Amino acid sequence: MSYERDFTVRPEPYQKQQEGRAHRRGTIDRNFRRLGFLLTLATLGILGILLLNLAMNGLARIDWQFMSSFPSRRAGEAGILSAWVGTLLLMLVTASAAIPFGVAAGIYLEEYASKNRWTDFVEINIANLAGVPSILYGLMALGLFVYQFRFGQSLLAGGLALGCLVLPIVIVATRESLRTIPSSIREAAFALGATKWQAVWHHLLPYSTGGIATGVILAMSRAIGESAPLITIGALTFIAFLPPAPLISHAPFVSGEWLFSPFTALPIQMFNWVSRPGEEFQSNAAAAGLILMVITLSMNAAAILLRRRAQRNITW
Amino acid sequence: MSLPPVPQPSAGSETTTSDAPAAIKVQIQGLNFFYGNHQVLRSISMDVPALQVTALIGPSGCGKTTLLRCMNRMHDLYPGNRYEGAIRVQPDGTDIIAPEVDPIQVRMRFGMVFQKPNPFPKSIFDNIAYGPRIHGLAKDSIELDEIVERSLERAGLWNEVKDRLEQPGTSLSGGQQQRLCIARAIAVGPDVILMDEPCSALDPIATAKVEELISELREQYSIVIVTHSMQQAARVSDRTAYFHLGKLIEVGETKQIFTNPIHRLTEDYITGRFG
Ligand SMILES: Nc1ncnc2c1ncn2[C@@H]1O[C@H](COP(=O)(O)OP(=O)(O)O)[C@@H](O)[C@H]1O
Ligand SMILES: [Mg+2]
Repeated sequence: MSYERDFTVRPEPYQKQQEGRAHRRGTIDRNFRRLGFLLTLATLGILGILLLNLAMNGLARIDWQFMSSFPSRRAGEAGILSAWVGTLLLMLVTASAAIPFGVAAGIYLEEYASKNRWTDFVEINIANLAGVPSILYGLMALGLFVYQFRFGQSLLAGGLALGCLVLPIVIVATRESLRTIPSSIREAAFALGATKWQAVWHHLLPYSTGGIATGVILAMSRAIGESAPLITIGALTFIAFLPPAPLISHAPFVSGEWLFSPFTALPIQMFNWVSRPGEEFQSNAAAAGLILMVITLSMNAAAILLRRRAQRNITW
Repeated sequence: MSLPPVPQPSAGSETTTSDAPAAIKVQIQGLNFFYGNHQVLRSISMDVPALQVTALIGPSGCGKTTLLRCMNRMHDLYPGNRYEGAIRVQPDGTDIIAPEVDPIQVRMRFGMVFQKPNPFPKSIFDNIAYGPRIHGLAKDSIELDEIVERSLERAGLWNEVKDRLEQPGTSLSGGQQQRLCIARAIAVGPDVILMDEPCSALDPIATAKVEELISELREQYSIVIVTHSMQQAARVSDRTAYFHLGKLIEVGETKQIFTNPIHRLTEDYITGRFG
C-alpha cells in the first residue's frame, strides 16, 4: 500500500497555518513550564513530608539520654551512642583514605597522564566505578580488607570500603576543579621555571581546594548514609561498647587500636530498630533517621556554600 | 618569486643606537619547528641583538608566537612538539633547544610575558616573590623584599602598589596586571624578556605605559616582542623581523624595514595590502 501525502494541497492559508503552529508552540511551552513546576514542587513536597514525618515521630525522642546511651532491649532506654561514634570514626577513616588517593589520582589524570588509550580506559572505568552498586564494594571489602588483609570486621575495613565507594566522586571533583584553572596560569608558573611538581603544589592544588573540598563533602554525605557495604562486611547491629579511645595516657599518646574494633553506624542502628516490632522502636528509628538526614542536608548545604565562595574568591 | 633588486645593507653598515654594532644575544640557526607532523617554522636563522628590542611581525598564523615560545622551551610542556636546528644564547653559546639542556635553566634566562595578563590569584607580593622563592634567589626575607621592590620598581609599578602589596594581583587593572607580570618575569633575573603581544588586551593608555616601560627595560634586557600592531613595532623596536607562512622573510633595522623594505611581501604587509 502506498500512501503519498499531497504537499501541493494546503488545507488552510499558509500564513494562518504558521500562526497556528506558533500558537501551538506557545501552548506547549506554557504547559511544559506548568508541568515542570508541579513536578519540582512534588519532589520538594516529598522531601518535606519525609522530614516532617521523621520529625513528628522522632523529634521528641532526641535528647541527651538518646545521644549518650547504648542500644538496649527496652526502647525507652536505648540510644545511639555507639552508632554516632561509629559513624564519626568511619568517616574519619573514609576521608583519610578517599582524600589523598582521590586527589592524587585526579591530579595524575588531569596534569600528568598523557592522553592515550590507556588513560581513556581508566577514565571510562572511573565513571563506571561511580555506578557500581554499593553492596559490591561491601563484597570486595569483605574479601580484600576483612579476610585478605585480616583487618577483621572492623572500623578500618568499613571505612576503607566506604572510601573506595566515594573515591570516584573525589577523583571527578578534583579533575573538574583543576580543569577550571586556565592553562595560562600553568604556563605562567612554568615560564618562571617551576617544575610540574611545584606548579601543582604551589598553584593548581591551592587554586582548586574550594572545588575539591566541595567534592569531598558531597562524597562524605554519600558515605554517611550507606549501610549495605557495612552490613556486607559484618558490621554489628547491636553494640554496647565504644571502640578504644584514639588518645591514650602514655606515650606515644595516640593509639590505632580503635581501627580494629567492631562497630555499628547510624544507618545500621536505624535499620535494626525499623525491623523490630513495637511503636517505641519505630520512633527511635525515626529519631536516628532525623539526625542522619539533618547531617546529610547540612553537609550538602556546606558544600554549596563552599562552592559559591570558591567561585567568588578566585577570578582569573 | 623574485626579489626586487634592492641592495641588501651589509651588517656592518647598520646604524644602531650605540656607536658600536650591538653584541649578539641570541642566534637562531636553521630552526625548524613541528607541532606533531605539522611544520610551522621553516629554517629560521636570525640574530637577536643584546640590549635592544626586536619585534616579530607578520600576518596572523605565520608562526610568531611559535618562534617566541621556542626560546623558553614552552613547547616542551605539550607532547609531540619537535625542534630542529639551534638557538644559541651568548655569551656562553649554549644551544638552548638541545635536549640535554634543562628547560628550567632556559626559562630562568628567558622571561616571558603573555598576551593576556595572567597574574596568579595570590597577593601582589607573592606574585613577584614566587620565582625568586622557587629558585632560592633570596637568602632571607629582607633580600626577598628587596628583589620584590626592585622588580616592581623596574616595571614602573612600585609607586602604584607599594601600599597594597598584600592585595590580590588580580585586583589590579589590566595594564597594571600586565606590568605586574613583567615585574614577575624580571624578578627571576633573566637576560632576555619575551613578550607575546603584551598590549593586545590593554586600552591605549595602558598600552602607552607598557611601551614606555619596554623602552626603559632595553637598558638592561634584550627584548623580543611579538606584535600585530605595526605602529607599535615602529615605536618600540630597534630591529624588526617579518615572517610569512613560517618563514623569515626579512630582518633588519626597524627604520629600514618600514621605510625601505627589501622584500615585496614585507612591503605589502607594512603598507597594509594584506595581513
Ligand atoms: N598547539 C598547536 N598545535 C598545532 N598547531 C598549532 C598550535 N599552535 C599554533 N599552531 C599553528 O601554527 C601556526 C602558527 O601559529 P602561531 O605561532 O600562533 O602564529 P602567530 O602567533 O604568528 O599568529 C598556525 O598555523 C597555527 O594554526
Ligand atoms: Mg600569536
